[in-house]
Amino acid sequence: MNAWVQAIINVFINPVFYRSTLNQSTPLIFAALGGVYSETTGVVNIALEGIMLIAAFGGVVGSYFTGNPWYGLALALLLGISMAALHAWASIRYAGDQIISGTAIILLAQGITGFSLVELFGKPGSTDLVRSIPLVNLGGFEEVPFFGKMVGSLSPLVYVAFASVVFSWYLIYKTKLGLRMRSVGNNPEAADTLGVNVYNIRYFGVLMSGVFAALGGAFLSIGELGQFTENMSNGRGFIALAAMIIGNWSPTGAMWAAILFGAASAFNDQLQSQGVLHLATNTQYLFGMIPYILTLIVVSGFVGKSRAPTADGIPYIKD
Amino acid sequence: MDNKNKKDYSQYAVVMEQIVKKFPGVLANDHVDLFVKRGEIHAIVGENGAGKTTLMSQLYGLINPNSGKIYINGVETRIKNPNDAIAAKIGMVHQHFMLVDRLSVVENVVLGMEPSHGPFFAIDVARKQIRELSEKFGLYVDPDAIIEDLPVGAQQRVEIIKVLYRGAEILILDEPTAVLTPQETDELFDVLRSLKAQGKTIILITHKLHEVMAVTDSVTVMRLGKVTGVVKTKDTNPKELARMMVGRDVLLRVEKDKAKVGDKILEIEKLEVNENRGLRAVNGVSFSVHKGEIVGIAGVAGNGQSELVEAITGLRKVESGKVIFKDVDITNFSPKKHREMGMGHIPEDRLKRGLVTAFPIYYNFILGKHDDPKFCDGSFLKIQDIKKFSEELVKEFDVRPPLINILGANLSGGNQQKVIIAREIAFEPDFLVVSQPTRGLDIGAIEFIHKTIISMRDKGIGVLLISMELEEIFSLSDRILVMYEGKIMGEVRPEETSTEEVGMMMTGHRLEDLRSQETQEV
Amino acid sequence: MSKLKKFYMNDKIISPLIAIVISFIIAAIVMILIGKNPATAYGALFYGAFGTEGALINNIMKATPLILTGLAVGFGFRAGLFNIGANGQLIIGALLATYVGSQMQTFPFYLSIPLMLVVGMLGGALWGALAGWLKAARGAHEVITTIMLNYIAVFIANYVVNGPFQAPGGVPKSPEIAYSARFPNLVTTGATWLSAGIFVALAAVVVVYIIIEKTKTGYEVKAVGFNPYAAEYGGISISKNVVLAMAISGALAGLAGTMQVMGVYYRYLGSLGGSMGFDGITIALIGQNDPIGIAFAAFLISSIRAGSNQMQIAGVSKNIVIIIQGIIIFLVAANRLVKTLMVWKRKGVEEI
Repeated sequence: MNAWVQAIINVFINPVFYRSTLNQSTPLIFAALGGVYSETTGVVNIALEGIMLIAAFGGVVGSYFTGNPWYGLALALLLGISMAALHAWASIRYAGDQIISGTAIILLAQGITGFSLVELFGKPGSTDLVRSIPLVNLGGFEEVPFFGKMVGSLSPLVYVAFASVVFSWYLIYKTKLGLRMRSVGNNPEAADTLGVNVYNIRYFGVLMSGVFAALGGAFLSIGELGQFTENMSNGRGFIALAAMIIGNWSPTGAMWAAILFGAASAFNDQLQSQGVLHLATNTQYLFGMIPYILTLIVVSGFVGKSRAPTADGIPYIKD
Repeated sequence: MDNKNKKDYSQYAVVMEQIVKKFPGVLANDHVDLFVKRGEIHAIVGENGAGKTTLMSQLYGLINPNSGKIYINGVETRIKNPNDAIAAKIGMVHQHFMLVDRLSVVENVVLGMEPSHGPFFAIDVARKQIRELSEKFGLYVDPDAIIEDLPVGAQQRVEIIKVLYRGAEILILDEPTAVLTPQETDELFDVLRSLKAQGKTIILITHKLHEVMAVTDSVTVMRLGKVTGVVKTKDTNPKELARMMVGRDVLLRVEKDKAKVGDKILEIEKLEVNENRGLRAVNGVSFSVHKGEIVGIAGVAGNGQSELVEAITGLRKVESGKVIFKDVDITNFSPKKHREMGMGHIPEDRLKRGLVTAFPIYYNFILGKHDDPKFCDGSFLKIQDIKKFSEELVKEFDVRPPLINILGANLSGGNQQKVIIAREIAFEPDFLVVSQPTRGLDIGAIEFIHKTIISMRDKGIGVLLISMELEEIFSLSDRILVMYEGKIMGEVRPEETSTEEVGMMMTGHRLEDLRSQETQEV
Repeated sequence: MSKLKKFYMNDKIISPLIAIVISFIIAAIVMILIGKNPATAYGALFYGAFGTEGALINNIMKATPLILTGLAVGFGFRAGLFNIGANGQLIIGALLATYVGSQMQTFPFYLSIPLMLVVGMLGGALWGALAGWLKAARGAHEVITTIMLNYIAVFIANYVVNGPFQAPGGVPKSPEIAYSARFPNLVTTGATWLSAGIFVALAAVVVVYIIIEKTKTGYEVKAVGFNPYAAEYGGISISKNVVLAMAISGALAGLAGTMQVMGVYYRYLGSLGGSMGFDGITIALIGQNDPIGIAFAAFLISSIRAGSNQMQIAGVSKNIVIIIQGIIIFLVAANRLVKTLMVWKRKGVEEI
């Protein structure tokens, strides 16, 4: 028992744990923000998983062929937005079933990345190593004990993630556009009678979800690692969906939930790396399911209050 | 109707001239004229289906007339959509509020016309503008409250502020008091008077005559798509208005003998039921139905009849009071239990409740009795027996086309209703709740359905009939109850009353008040 | 209308066929663009799926669980429920069946085989019913809960086969099930064999068909799926049927996992579920939620999956078949709208 406590304390006093938390949270924050944008306007987007995946691939491809990771990021965004546009087209323009369309996009992303991986890199599994986006070094700050190791050298996308939360909060709650987004997601008919273009606002929401999910996907591949592996998103799109729900569809709430999930994952990793302990290797799986159980509890209304936008998932058909 | 120069409408805020609006199968507005003076409160009264809301929807551009002209402040104006209406300074408060529940009052009011500082929504400016409007017209509401936390009366004030914020000079209110408590109604009237004092023109759609008398300056009465009277409020009285609204010969007469009334089968005691938003819709209703009689409940739509029916049939929770059926207290029993005990139900909305339109009609014929031993041996459906049963019903009730495999959705309305009635009757109930049985049907189908209901009565079945059609109530019922705002206004026998008297009760007058007035007058 | 014409006019059959054809054409265009010959690729695909006895056996073995997950998702759709959780239900079913199977060394096959099937279905049914209960009692949307339950199932399985229920050595896996709990092999060719599982899957098609078309349960579930208000009016409990439908759906998925345990791996392996739950969605959509349609759709998907290896050898990445699958779903989703519009139009005309 004592050894357990010691191991846990060791994790928490290690700056690497905090750095890892930031890195694990970043893609989740991005994708969860994507979910917030889409669902605030009333379009359910389970395609986040697929958008992340294809963007992760795009990031590596762009970096590989140009040698410039920023072009990789641009390609990631382009592919992510294209996928989101496909989802928007089916679910807004054709009032299709948003879940089915999302499912199709996840499959398409898996197929396209798997296919292109072999075509472009000649082997399945993973790509070659490419240049990743350079880390931001805070100069002398790296020498500062503890904090230096924690935040002294991070991907700029980590900062972008947190800045995006602030940006999105202002956009959704403080601007005209945000007001219209919220009205369209809750009562499109009322918004329509006041001259708000429901379709355009929903397109905006879904395309923005493409932007943010793509940033999350790009972070996975060219944020630090510089490589794409098959099915790299590995369910993060769904965890992001969970973070969005637990965060009650708000950018800040989603961020806190994403950090919680990121920390849980980082904690897990760090605990595993404590070689001194003969911890059963399978405890990680018990920790791993916590976010999902938490989400189940929250969506079932046992704890906390989480409510989707009223018109979330319902196509708007003008008569 | 007007003896002025045809084209000099300058004193009128609104003139609608010879408006014709056709819907499939109905002439909703039949050459309707409407004249509303600037700065007055003008009521449009009529029963359901008289064409009031249709007329106003054209003024607000929600639908467009087939022919006719609209003049705003004497100028001919084409209003193709709500934006045109807003441009002409017309605003409409719908019967069902168009509010975004999760947003605040300010956000709802300014949506689509937000003041801004650059990209930011200038909530402080909006708040100030709303406070000013509130002050000016006595529309008190907290600008930062969230809509879903507000009572209905306050939500309605938000709707009015919304319209005023968009600069409306002419306000249309569609049945604004339908959802309000009496106190809220009084507050609304104060607001309307204050709006009028500041020069606004108000058109009020209603069927409540005491409200017309209380707050309006002039009245246009409509019936069956036509204008049946235009009067100044001070020159008229509720009795005259009621006659113009409902007074007419009963066209449909069904041959029927005197009822052979048997034992009591249904007893309703002080029933209280809520509507979906949690407001009381049925407010202490008591009555009984005996075997072999038809008890009709008359009333304008939305006065608690739907909730009453659902409570009696087990589809809606009873808050307090009792439903006693065959001497058993069945309050809040499941719908299944109701059916098993012998209660049939022809629902008001055949597409929502009565049919599974994606089912073939032989499946629809057994809805509610699908686990009866006749159709099901425990787990398996007896498809052959069900089909045979359906063939017989199709023949007996002359359902067309006479195909039992056709989907419910592919039948006409009249034939859909026949399927439902055939089903409910075939189950041989002892008591039948019949709600709006002929809505939207043609004359042939109506006659058939009326005859069927009478024959049920003559077999000794107790029938509770709910209808918005006074003619139907008069021609079928042995006793008539009138419902208004969740309460029974009185009970009369058709041979001892007049459509006028029932019309008065439907518009909010108690029978005992009416009768005592009469004695006084005599 | 002639019978033949009637057949072609039946949009229930024609619209998925169109979706399939279009997706194959799009994939062919992609191949041409990257300089591959689609005829060669599709030839290889066909050969890989049907060309040899081994290929055919492999194909049928792949189809077996897919028929069941397709039925699982399709049955959910019939009740108006979107069960994305077939994967989780499959895992829990397979896990429980494996556990029971590993404890039955002394049992005769006529006891252990039925017991395996029952336990596998029970496990899936529980996992499905949990989502059904959360919807009926707590109003939680089944799409979210089943996604979460999928992951929880994955973690439970990983936990179990990495510890309490781990077989010694190498990759995480459970101990083997008893010989008596395994399906007999009908045909064996080299390293591939055909197990009796296909008969279980085909029997499930018949049973589901009977449930949907001939029983009270099917009647009630469909009524709730089509029109819950009318179902309530007809005395049918919405909550009860939502839970029941999810349980049946889950049982079918659980059975799919059990097929893999009894006929393929003889134990629980982490990768056992694969993408079968997701494939179930494709299959149900192509099969239009009709049990027989689903059986055909499952064979279509198993064929392109089975043939894709051969196609890869011919130089086209096997991932192209996932793209094909994605396009099919996308088109079926869009097609739904076309059909809805057609129904509205018809209704509108008749009501006038």
